[in-house]
Amino acid sequence: MSFILIVGAGRVGSAVARSMLAAGHEVSVVDEDPLSHERLDAGMPTTWEDAGGRFTIGKALERDALVEAGIEQADVFIASTNGDNTNLTIAQIARRMFEVPNVLVRVMDPARAEWYEAQGLQTICPTRYAISMFEERLARIGAPS
Amino acid sequence: MYAIIVGGGKVGLNLARELLSKGSEVTLIEQRRDRYTAIEAELEYVAQYGDGTELWVLERAGIQRADLLVAVTGDDEDNLLVCQIAREKYLVDRIIARVNNPRNKQYFDLLGIQPSVSATDLILRLIEHEVPQYGTVHLLDLPGEKLEIIEMEVVPGAAAAGKAVQDIAMPEGSLVISVLREDGGFVPKADTVIEPGDEVLVCLDPGLEDDVTPLFTG
Repeated sequence: MSFILIVGAGRVGSAVARSMLAAGHEVSVVDEDPLSHERLDAGMPTTWEDAGGRFTIGKALERDALVEAGIEQADVFIASTNGDNTNLTIAQIARRMFEVPNVLVRVMDPARAEWYEAQGLQTICPTRYAISMFEERLARIGAPS
Repeated sequence: MYAIIVGGGKVGLNLARELLSKGSEVTLIEQRRDRYTAIEAELEYVAQYGDGTELWVLERAGIQRADLLVAVTGDDEDNLLVCQIAREKYLVDRIIARVNNPRNKQYFDLLGIQPSVSATDLILRLIEHEVPQYGTVHLLDLPGEKLEIIEMEVVPGAAAAGKAVQDIAMPEGSLVISVLREDGGFVPKADTVIEPGDEVLVCLDPGLEDDVTPLFTG
């Protein structure tokens, strides 16, 4: 069982949080918007906390919020806010200031994702997936020439 | 010198004007269309439209040959990232970052983005929210140059209040470099009298702050 800290509970962050909690991990979520807590609860038989999850309201760069959410104990840190630069900043903070062993960061811009990946960050680029999926489907259709 | 400025708000625009007037080549990158249009009307080809944290935008601006990159957007993460990319990917010699929220200064330091500077408007917020007990505000550290600049409001009854600058017992290695009074600021002379309510900027060697501040803040 790992302790997973997720910063940014949008569609992606909250879905990953729920599946990781269901898989038996300890999961703590940070988001600046209290509404994102409802996204965690939605469709669940119990509240997020009753299911064993943790939630902290705070901005991604708020050191106190990260500490309160348990960053010092985290085995895995996931940066999944809606801002590339925010994600890249907090991912580096998690790695260098708090020495979290595993850091995953979502970066929408393929160019920045590629460069930071080369610098040693584990980046996940949904845009790159979308591009290759379009290309695959088009190849399968046999794009008319 | 070729300077790229990212962020065309008040700070970025005025910085561009200053650097241009000193004969530098400047590109100012702004991502808000309305702001870009206004800047382009004044500075023409100096203005470039785009998100300065995107690599292709920086490359279009010629970052490979830039001598200086200044990141002064209103977003600390943007400023931090632009500076990191400029220095580590494009090997720009000199970078300067604006810190909007002083609490984020620790992250600029952590990632080695220096110097980082809080702009004046945010220093006001800092004064309101985070004034240390002596009523002093740290404006700027220049660790490479071993200098600090601090700002203090002169308290009535303090040793310096009512005294000419030359008569204040300042420690060796400290100097009053400007006085903000009512509407304006000026550089004091030896016989300038410091008045209660003045805001003074003092330049000093690191470590002297505790000796200097009591003279002005009682």
